[in-house]
Amino acid sequence: MIAVLLDGLSWILLLGGAFFVLTGGVGLLRLPDVYSRMHASGITDTAGVGLYIAGLAIQGGFTLVTVKLLLILVFILFTSPTSTYALAHAAFTGGVKPIARDGSRAPLLDRRDGPSNR
Amino acid sequence: MMFAIAALALLVTMGLALVRAYAGPTLYDRILAVNAFGTKTVLMIAVLGFLMGRPDFLDIALVYALINFIGTIAVLKFFRYGDLGRAGGLDEPEDEA
Amino acid sequence: MKAGVRAFSLGVVLFATWILLSGHFTPLLLGLGVASCAGIVFLAMRMDVVDREGFPVQLSIRLIGYWVWLLVEIVKANIDVTRRIWSPRLPISPSVFHLRMSQPSELGQVVYANSITLTPGTVAIRLHQDEILVHAVAEELGEDLAGGAMDARVTRLEAGKS
Repeated sequence: MIAVLLDGLSWILLLGGAFFVLTGGVGLLRLPDVYSRMHASGITDTAGVGLYIAGLAIQGGFTLVTVKLLLILVFILFTSPTSTYALAHAAFTGGVKPIARDGSRAPLLDRRDGPSNR
Repeated sequence: MMFAIAALALLVTMGLALVRAYAGPTLYDRILAVNAFGTKTVLMIAVLGFLMGRPDFLDIALVYALINFIGTIAVLKFFRYGDLGRAGGLDEPEDEA
Repeated sequence: MKAGVRAFSLGVVLFATWILLSGHFTPLLLGLGVASCAGIVFLAMRMDVVDREGFPVQLSIRLIGYWVWLLVEIVKANIDVTRRIWSPRLPISPSVFHLRMSQPSELGQVVYANSITLTPGTVAIRLHQDEILVHAVAEELGEDLAGGAMDARVTRLEAGKS
């Protein structure tokens, strides 16, 4: 009984992970510039990886397999923002301008004193 | 069955990432696509380990996650400085967005 | 915290990780594990990275509470950005903006910047003194971030008044 429930739960988690990974892939194609595409990649790196690892961990049970899966998750969660930041910084210093949906330059706002009410 | 679907979704997404890596248009788009491809490869290896009943694949996945991170940083650094040995300095760009 | 205690706890954490990854318990392999962990601690101390920044044990317990909060934020942001990507009209409005960071140390600033990047929809582009440049995929996400909830959380995490 419990086994069936756990199996179903891991089905749901893996399907959810598959959905979010696909979302990241579609976003990678649809979004207009490199900065926006980083958000799509961020979906894969958080929701996609998290759900996949959770689904696999249920299959693994309380073993070293699960520990390794969790280590992979923690590792990706720590490195993904670092490499994304390095990429964003490199693109920005390299002169790539963020663009809006209609192809014009995205606005540069000043929110140093809280949200602007526009 | 379950793992096969999970692996299929990963394969499709890897294909999408490859399209982006091919289309560009900037160097950074390509690096981003390759980085995303690498993350999916890590998941793919883990899922394949379960699909084939070989949990030792997870060690490979772990190592691949390391290589993917270091590789991305190394490529970025190489294109920035043309030299991997140089210590990264804090050089600020002059113009704003 | 004394340097020796910090180095010792780094060694313990490393060895725990080593055991979890290896799963072997013969004396020879355990000995090799201890030796390699000791070697790493020695190298880390030589590189002078075993300090408040390189191995921030002072955050240990409060960090878990922060992670739970961050997890909820990430889930919310994921749903929001996923809806934007699949919507046929692609309802995005990318913008770049400066924010002020209230964290006193670089460690806090890095935690804040990484949290921003880890949350889908916002990416940190550049840190300069106490200002951070952020790219948001939609206006509303940027407004939320500028509300300062995450900034205040990270500052409290670092200051120890959670």
